[in-house]
Amino acid sequence: MSAGRHHPAAVSPVEQRVAALEALLTERGLVPEGFIEEITRRYESEIGPMNGAKVVARAWVDPRYKQRLLADGTAAIAELGFGGPEGDHMVVVENTPGIHNVIVCTLCSCYPWPVLGLPPAWYKDPPYRARMVREPRTLLAEMGCPLPDDAEIRVWDSSAEVRYLVLPERPPGTVDLTEAELAGLVTRDSMIGTARL
Amino acid sequence: MDGIHDLGGMQGFGGVGHSPAEPVFGHRWEAVARALLVVVAGAVKASGGEFRHSIERMEPGHYLTSSYYEHWLTAAATLAVEHGLMTRSELEARAGGRFPLSGPVLVPPVIEAGPDVDTPRFGVGDRVRVREGHPAGHTRCPGYVRGQNGTVVRVDGTHSVPDIEAHGTARRREPTYSVRFDAADLWRDGQRGVWVHVDLWDSYLERP
Repeated sequence: MSAGRHHPAAVSPVEQRVAALEALLTERGLVPEGFIEEITRRYESEIGPMNGAKVVARAWVDPRYKQRLLADGTAAIAELGFGGPEGDHMVVVENTPGIHNVIVCTLCSCYPWPVLGLPPAWYKDPPYRARMVREPRTLLAEMGCPLPDDAEIRVWDSSAEVRYLVLPERPPGTVDLTEAELAGLVTRDSMIGTARL
Repeated sequence: MDGIHDLGGMQGFGGVGHSPAEPVFGHRWEAVARALLVVVAGAVKASGGEFRHSIERMEPGHYLTSSYYEHWLTAAATLAVEHGLMTRSELEARAGGRFPLSGPVLVPPVIEAGPDVDTPRFGVGDRVRVREGHPAGHTRCPGYVRGQNGTVVRVDGTHSVPDIEAHGTARRREPTYSVRFDAADLWRDGQRGVWVHVDLWDSYLERP
């Protein structure tokens, strides 16, 4: 919790509105003791892209796991202990030298919480949602992920119940690394598809 | 509804304010707002469709100028007022000022959902067309694919139709499909070698 940016001396209108809603709900007995702290703690420390990185690293070192992951993402991800809201119907899409996958949600901000955590601000903001389905080649290059002109781009708009995870290509020169070391190389953006490793 | 949330393909937004890493919550109020939405949605038994629609009904200017967790706050307060947990006056009295809520639902509640659809009408490789139309309620059919032809690349299980569950207690389940569109078909300026996949409910689709 970045309480350091919260200055009680200058409470913004939105903070006042949050406090008002919290007070009215609490008075009605609807906010269980410790609920806000607990749900916040889980998303700040337990649920995040470090989970997806473990899935990717396992797929890199274990071809049979990778097969299962691509055939039934939800079940294979559950093998590593990850699942829950916004992860009940997972599809994993694989990058290859000629094919690049990228995920977006144009209508809101659907995102695979159990493996990537809560989405970053830019994923939820209008420019990304508007442009990724119309000019992905341009936008990816702007975001530091230029692709060869002949690379096929597959954009996945998460408009129903499936949530997507990109399986990035294993970087060259990593044959000697352990699974845990490999997981350390996997970035959040490489699993969204806005970066290559 | 043809709301501001349906952003796919809209132009003029400029660059993405990308950062490779950031705190999960930039401010404490964001975490509280997020948790309060969970509280309200549980208390009023809001479906995912009703929740999303409560954000989609935000005044467009407010939607575009407020952050994601302000959307969640507005949704939570709107659902709390609409379901009678509290009044807008109470919220504004406590907040010491204006408390903008989302606009009204534009359609009557759905009474009859119709029978579940258990058997997919389409299979992988089938060509499909997305139905035209401008539903005034909630839908998960993005505007940019309506009327467009695509190819089914994956058949998923059956899921509750959002257009129905957003508007009352009736429910209908239908298969969903991942449908692949050629960006060159979707956009006059579509980029080459780009496939856009959109996940669509059975009733959004027809044979071309």
